[in-house]
Amino acid sequence: MTTATRPARSPNEPLVPFAELVAEGARAGAPAWLATFRRGSAERFTAVGLPTSKDEDWRFTPVQGLARENLGVVRRPAPVAPEALKPFLLGSERGALVVVIDGRFEASLSHLPVLPTGARIMSLAAAITEGIPEVEAHLGRYATPDVTPFAALNGAVFADGLFLHLAAGIAIELPIQVLHVSTGAVPVVAPRSLLLVGRGASVTVVESFASVGGTTGFTNGVTEIVLGRNARCEHLRVQREGAEAWHIGLTEVSQERDSHYRSFTLALGAKLSRHDLRARLGAENVETLLYGLYLGRNEQLHDNHTAIFHDQPHCNSWEVYKGVLTDRSHAVFNGKVIVQPVAQKTDAKQTNRNLLLSETARVDTKPQLEIFADDVKCTHGATVGKMDEQQRYYLKTRGIAGRVAEGVLIWAFTAEVLAEVTDPGIRETLEKLVRAELETMIG
Amino acid sequence: MSSPVEALVNREYKYGFVTDIEQVTAAIGLSEDTVRFISAKKDEPTWLLEWRLKAYRRWLEMTEPHWANIHHAPIDYQASTYYAAPKTTAPLGSLDEVDPKLLETYEKLGIPLSEQKLLAGVAVDAIFDSVSVGTTFKATLAKSGVLFCSFGEAVREHPELVQKYLGSVVPASDNFFAALNAAVFSDGSFVYVPKGVKCPMELSTYFRINAANSGQFERTLIVADEGASVSYLEGCTAPKRNENQLHAAVVELIALDDASIKYSTVQNWYAGDENGLGGIYNFVTKRGKAMHRAKISWTQVETGSAITWKYPSVLLMGDDSVGEFYSVAVVNGMQQADTGTKMIHMGRNSRSTIVSKGISAGRGQNSYRGQVKILPKAAGSRNYTQCDSMLIGNRCGAHTFPYIDVQNASSDVEHEASTSKIGEDQIFYCKQRGLNTENAISVIVNGFCKEVFRELPMEFAVEAQKLLGVSLEGSVG
Repeated sequence: MTTATRPARSPNEPLVPFAELVAEGARAGAPAWLATFRRGSAERFTAVGLPTSKDEDWRFTPVQGLARENLGVVRRPAPVAPEALKPFLLGSERGALVVVIDGRFEASLSHLPVLPTGARIMSLAAAITEGIPEVEAHLGRYATPDVTPFAALNGAVFADGLFLHLAAGIAIELPIQVLHVSTGAVPVVAPRSLLLVGRGASVTVVESFASVGGTTGFTNGVTEIVLGRNARCEHLRVQREGAEAWHIGLTEVSQERDSHYRSFTLALGAKLSRHDLRARLGAENVETLLYGLYLGRNEQLHDNHTAIFHDQPHCNSWEVYKGVLTDRSHAVFNGKVIVQPVAQKTDAKQTNRNLLLSETARVDTKPQLEIFADDVKCTHGATVGKMDEQQRYYLKTRGIAGRVAEGVLIWAFTAEVLAEVTDPGIRETLEKLVRAELETMIG
Repeated sequence: MSSPVEALVNREYKYGFVTDIEQVTAAIGLSEDTVRFISAKKDEPTWLLEWRLKAYRRWLEMTEPHWANIHHAPIDYQASTYYAAPKTTAPLGSLDEVDPKLLETYEKLGIPLSEQKLLAGVAVDAIFDSVSVGTTFKATLAKSGVLFCSFGEAVREHPELVQKYLGSVVPASDNFFAALNAAVFSDGSFVYVPKGVKCPMELSTYFRINAANSGQFERTLIVADEGASVSYLEGCTAPKRNENQLHAAVVELIALDDASIKYSTVQNWYAGDENGLGGIYNFVTKRGKAMHRAKISWTQVETGSAITWKYPSVLLMGDDSVGEFYSVAVVNGMQQADTGTKMIHMGRNSRSTIVSKGISAGRGQNSYRGQVKILPKAAGSRNYTQCDSMLIGNRCGAHTFPYIDVQNASSDVEHEASTSKIGEDQIFYCKQRGLNTENAISVIVNGFCKEVFRELPMEFAVEAQKLLGVSLEGSVG
């Protein structure tokens, strides 16, 4: 199961760890359409291998180290007790809870309430076995293997995840939680989720990623979200994996006319985390809101890549990502906005702000606009800097100084994006989480 | 808003004529022999020939870069002539000995080369194809100790200065085009401003590609010694030809402690016709080194060339050093530009400002590509970047690729960018006040670029505004 048996690489050959795993995935028994998809993904990953610093999209994010990690051995996972999940739960207990352990849906830990007719929340593997036609129609159509090498790896090896399908007009009131737990027992935790939000339907989905029983592991998740006409989806993504974990994720969103997608991502854990969030605004009058927050300490690296494809006219996108970094942590941000020639009347605004608390923290930010239409309003802004002296002084004149003042200012900096989480219960929990993390950072 | 502007788009490139002049050229193709031929023609010392050969051998190992957002047919480096010079029998003693045909050419271009223009107080070094044909005002400059001459002359008369600084900012192996330039560069300008001297006048170089199938590879080296200051201007034109011609120049600026260098460019190489036939490939490496408290300021107005690939940069090596970049880049027709700057902060409290204005019209593609890098030791550094794009019509594109890399916490970096259409309400407002569409656009575009034009020396600013008008003619319709 390790790559050690492979013959020495020639310098030109792409580095492909997990080769057996990928080959095994491609051979796995499955319906014909899925076998084709797996094979295509496996071929793609074998051809491109792990990206290097020479790949523009991975310039500042060194993932070659994954090939050297001892990720190859499958251990028997220790059973995960329900209590161990408690710290990672967000929002109401009455809402649906889907627990995915090492990339596999775990029915005994999940909680699925009675749903209205036309709504499905289930294991993706079960949905494939049942032959639900929507799965075949949508799976792998958005997060195609050529999007990133890791999307290809996931396509080859994924086993399970969440399948959510809401027929036209169905509104799910309580947020649906999906808790991905990594126990460090398998080489690649590769969950895959497919969310289909039908015409006029609405839902809030919270994806959390956590490590239980260890701090290491490699998670490589893919989530595809498809919004029908006038559908609404709020998508929260909370990454709290162990301090030695590698976390790679891709969220691919496809939006139809009049739909509304709102995302909030929070990156706290892992030693290296990378999230690609890509939204395709494929019809008119689409609204896309992306908010993000990342807190880095020690030697952590948080990488956020977002891409907004304005393919059609009269769409709005709004993006704010903020980061606070201390110690020797490193943040990478890349925000692409691509406006096609027909996408007139596009209104796109992107902001990335970074607050550095230590001399040795580092930020690489690259807001990127590619605009081919003329009647548009597109702006981006990026800042990197330390705490504002004037703000500090202002607080001092009011008797607030030192650590307390710092705390107030940093909190205010992060609160702006946290405030965008709609559900009050979840927002409160996330605020507590961020406060606790900030206290550790300020020391 | 169509017809008057459309009429203008078809206006001829004013500088597209060819001067019929007897030329000495190198054989077509590039080899070590070409390098030796050029070096021998120029009567160069051995060290310089060795330096060229080393660069040439390095170049052979390099591959053409393809990361820029530009597209062109493969360049055949063997199909070009690497040296072309007007034929002369003896070294020129004064301007009066220059071939009158050449002087006529410069007159047509409106270059202040002759006596009347000297009164304007601009010292000019004019480069025709590969060689420098005349440097005016030399004596006046010499009085204050400023050296301003052709590169070839500098090699002969001030070899110690050339040897000391040549390649110290842009090494011969820096990139593919810089290596090519180092191997085959034919001439260029050299400026040395001694300690504490403020150069008494604006210096200027005028570049002209005349010969067919030839590339131009000039090299400019400007050294401002401690406490010195100088302002330098360059302008460029080329005849209309159906083939693409390569221009791969290198500019090195060295501002020692407390010195300041201001470098302004108005680039108007032939851009090719509306279908993208012909035009200059302008692949230029420009970089300056600013020591303690020194200041380097780049201002560029890029309206010509089929393709522009150029990133005037500043290495802010000294504490409290300052780097500036002001740019207007206009693309129309089938033009492509991938241009911007690099500000590398190494010294403490170094500051940089970037203001870039991109205007895209026709089927032009305009990219801003920039890097702001603040190294861990550059504590207390500051950068402000603003890059705005204006789109005229929906067949063009505007792209921004800013790289921001900050490695310490005491520095502040701000980047802002916007892209918008030329405002219909702005045009309406102007028309209401009696301006026609064409003039309205001109007023709006000039307003958009004002921050950059303000940085240009007055004479150039006027020229740049006119040039912008010509470049955008016919772009709205």
